[in-house]
Amino acid sequence: MEGWDPNTKSTLTQIPLLTTKAGPRDGASWTQRLKEEYRALIAYTQMNKSKDNDWFRISAANPEGTRWTGKCWYVHNLLKYEFDLQFDIPVTYPATAPELELPELDGKTQKMYRGGKICLTVHFKPLWAKNCPRFGIAHALCLGLAPWLAAEIPILVDSGMIKHKDDATTSNES
Amino acid sequence: MEVELKEMLDDLQSLRQSLSDPSLHASVDKLQSRVDHLIHLAKSVPVRRTKVKDMSAEVVDSNPYSRLMALQRMGIVENYERIREFSVAIVGIGGVGSVAAEMLTRCGIGRLLLYDYDKVELANMNRLFFRPEQVGMTKTDAAVQTLSDINPDVVLESYTLNITTVQGFETFMSSLKNKTFCPIKEGSGVDLVLSCVDNYEARMVVNQACNELNQTWMESGVSEDAVSGHIQLLIPGETACFACAPPLVVASGVDERTLKREGVCAASLPTTMGVVAGLLVQNTLKFLLKFGHVSPYLGYSSLKDYFPTMAMKPNPQCSNAACLERQKEYILAKPARDAAEKAKMEAEAAAVAADVPLHDDNEWNISVLDDSEMESTGATSSGITADALPDGLTRELPIADDFQKPPTSGATDNAINDLEELRRQLEALNAD
Repeated sequence: MEGWDPNTKSTLTQIPLLTTKAGPRDGASWTQRLKEEYRALIAYTQMNKSKDNDWFRISAANPEGTRWTGKCWYVHNLLKYEFDLQFDIPVTYPATAPELELPELDGKTQKMYRGGKICLTVHFKPLWAKNCPRFGIAHALCLGLAPWLAAEIPILVDSGMIKHKDDATTSNES
Repeated sequence: MEVELKEMLDDLQSLRQSLSDPSLHASVDKLQSRVDHLIHLAKSVPVRRTKVKDMSAEVVDSNPYSRLMALQRMGIVENYERIREFSVAIVGIGGVGSVAAEMLTRCGIGRLLLYDYDKVELANMNRLFFRPEQVGMTKTDAAVQTLSDINPDVVLESYTLNITTVQGFETFMSSLKNKTFCPIKEGSGVDLVLSCVDNYEARMVVNQACNELNQTWMESGVSEDAVSGHIQLLIPGETACFACAPPLVVASGVDERTLKREGVCAASLPTTMGVVAGLLVQNTLKFLLKFGHVSPYLGYSSLKDYFPTMAMKPNPQCSNAACLERQKEYILAKPARDAAEKAKMEAEAAAVAADVPLHDDNEWNISVLDDSEMESTGATSSGITADALPDGLTRELPIADDFQKPPTSGATDNAINDLEELRRQLEALNAD
């Protein structure tokens, strides 16, 4: 973890760790794991709100909890940029991390795989593998998505690849 | 079409003869030469060959299998035609998978199952197999189009899906289990699974499926810098599974501000991909048709043309539960395996004994012992497993502890334990 900024580090230590090693095909153990996922997500969301650093919404899109959808946003130069967020829980979860997708940014940045899957290979996958099964969805958002947004969004905005929604409408009207 | 054109030519001939005005002959001649040209063109239009019932060894230009059946005459393969009974599943129809599929198709494999969720792009054109006019098609559809043209004898099944999702995995498993092609076959419905995917997640999924089905598979890969690759044979319980030896996990401490913007675009070369596909299918043919030595692992480092080989035993502490089960079964089946081995040795020894001894006299009673013979007698006399070290040797590191069992959850259960309640709480937070 050396090299990560102290802020992320202290946030991470406050997200509850998970204990059950179970994937979506493991029946009752998966339900147990799902409860732990919820507890971690609730704690992380509460923490973000209390620190005035709320930056995502995520909820299960099916009763089995294998597909998740929501939103995430990033503030750059006092403007808020919001994106759809979605991912599937892979069958080999938690041995492999979920592949977080921002479909609206598909094709706009090199740091992305087909379908808008953000690239997590270097900064996140090794950490996930080392901490299996203690890391869950909340950790993936904190250590995978947050740094990606922080690194990519400013460049995408500055290079004009993405426009703020107000700018987009005004330019359309004019 | 050819017949129609011929008739047209005849009609023109009779018209020419019936014409009284010779000045029109020139234009009729012109028409005739045009029809001649059309007949020539019609002949070169590709014709799909019909299916072949039996593979023939007859050496004629029109036999698609003469060169393959010659493998029998050369004493390499005992019964080449068996290849038509085999089913091979190829996961990932990219730079390696598509070429492997073409090779197996040209070899006359019985059935191919193709899995991919991607589409053909212009960026794929630096590799083999796909053509620019196929851009936009799914890779599975484009592959079926080309492969069925090359060899209509091969049964092709295409699955456009992502095997890492829960739904995709179910379809993947049931397609591997389907035995309608060869109902008498033992085990699953396929003889071999070839993993030609480009990422860790998908490899872990193939590993999971094959461990659960006790299905032998081969893994292949080309490095991101396009100059090295490998193939690996994985027999559940007998050799290391893909999760037995996880990739070197180095927590690379990266500051989010230092995240480089090099992009995720990996390099690729048609040469390296072709070599790896060739090695993979060669190993596949050796495995299916039982000739030569099937490599457990073969690396290819193109910068120095270095081809390392090695064998890997399964990890008794593997994190994959299905792998551990297969390992247990493999150990239980040891006596049967030993008996079969012994019977084979004895049969060979009997054949050798018939020969005359090399030397008539043996004044000094010299005898030659096989290394492996000494090893096995030593192991059985002491009655210890292979883990034991010979006298005088000690292990540098302590023997590993048991795989750490996850702590029994119970302490945390005091908290809210209802899934619905938890879901509502998160939704309430989301609503703000």
